Amino acid sequence: MAEQRAYLDAAAGEPLAPVARQALLAALDDGWADPRRLYAEGRRAALLLDAARASVAAVLGAHPDEVSFTGSGTQAAHLAVLGGLARRPGSGGGAYGRLVASAVEHSAVLAAGTLAEGSGGGVETVGVDRLGRVDAAEFVRAVHARPTALAALQSANQEVGTVQPVDAVHEACRAEGVPLLVDAAQTVGRMAVPPWDLLTASARKWGGPPGVGVLAVRRSVRWRAPFPADEAEGGRVPGGVGLPAVLAAATALEAAVADAATESARLHAIVARLRAELPQLVPDVEVVGDPDDRLPHVVTFSCLFVDGEALVTELDRLGFAVGSGSACTASTLRPSHVLAAMGVLTHGNVRVSLPRGAAESDVERLLTVLPGVVAGLRERAGVAGL
Amino acid sequence: MTEQDDLAAEVDALGRRCPVPVIELARHVLDVPPGALIAVLADDEAARVDVPAWCRMRGHEYVGERPRERGAAYVVRRLH
Repeated sequence: MAEQRAYLDAAAGEPLAPVARQALLAALDDGWADPRRLYAEGRRAALLLDAARASVAAVLGAHPDEVSFTGSGTQAAHLAVLGGLARRPGSGGGAYGRLVASAVEHSAVLAAGTLAEGSGGGVETVGVDRLGRVDAAEFVRAVHARPTALAALQSANQEVGTVQPVDAVHEACRAEGVPLLVDAAQTVGRMAVPPWDLLTASARKWGGPPGVGVLAVRRSVRWRAPFPADEAEGGRVPGGVGLPAVLAAATALEAAVADAATESARLHAIVARLRAELPQLVPDVEVVGDPDDRLPHVVTFSCLFVDGEALVTELDRLGFAVGSGSACTASTLRPSHVLAAMGVLTHGNVRVSLPRGAAESDVERLLTVLPGVVAGLRERAGVAGL
Repeated sequence: MTEQDDLAAEVDALGRRCPVPVIELARHVLDVPPGALIAVLADDEAARVDVPAWCRMRGHEYVGERPRERGAAYVVRRLH
């Protein structure tokens, strides 16, 4: 039997969009030169880079000079946090200021905050409710309570899909004079861009190639390079860009945005179906995250008494690529900090995230096999009927 | 009465990874009478989240966590 594969881990990264593949191949011929050089080849590369930057900036509601390309979404998050926290040399009190962030931010944001903590900074995390949403008033109280250099709130959660109250938090942070970093990795190319002072994103989440992130910093925001001075990318990213991948990323984003309204509505409905049918088909399953105010393409659920690694492995054997936040699937053997902050079951966890163009028939097939897979694993573990 | 004395039963799941501590708790919760306390001893980090979540799903009361020399005792009151 020919194996039928369904790739359902778009939140980790999508397959390259066909238009992005074409753009990448063209750019390998056309955009290989260093855009900072003054000869014809360099000028040609610089024109292409300018066009890509303008295109991405338009999507984000930014001036082109506010947008820098990075080597990944993770690098963009590190640079946003460290640069946003960095103090002027000699201003006293250590190299970095204090960060307030939601407890469910991407680990790259929290890890950068922790690094800064060792040099004068401090990280305060604000908890979330059972749906994974931060309370805007509580977040703003944490910002107000002590001098804060930077606040960080994601547009939507990467593991459970819940949309965060960025509008309200941004308005309140503005009143406090504290810049807000919005990690928009999961929403750019799928949903409207919320207000931001600093913004990060990742091209592989919108169908671009791996190895391209975006860091946008408003002209009015104080940001200091947390690395040796380098002129590339407005001084915000050391070492310059991989131009062919950046051109492909910009092309993929244009295509994603053009289709976003219809495709997001289609995926939203498929996920709604999964959310409704899973608890009827699989006993003792907890579907987590906000049922309505959420990413269009992500659904996460936990199966009581089931080993997450065994579940992902069995689904892979049957042709499904899915994510998991269970401890046994992580190299650290720690459960997902997101699920833990929400207080929901962390074992037996599966995250299904639909790439653009995902076939509803793949999701139907998943719904067909999942009850038997979970029952089989429970049978083998001797927990059926517990 | 010491803290340990108020436990009607204690299940040892030290060294066992998730979901075993919750499974062991579920296996033994009916060994104690309704209203009594049962604890599961675990050093797997997931237990701190998963035991309260299991209580919520099964309608038992999560009483809290008591530190032990190794791991912690996660205490549950059987309600039904």
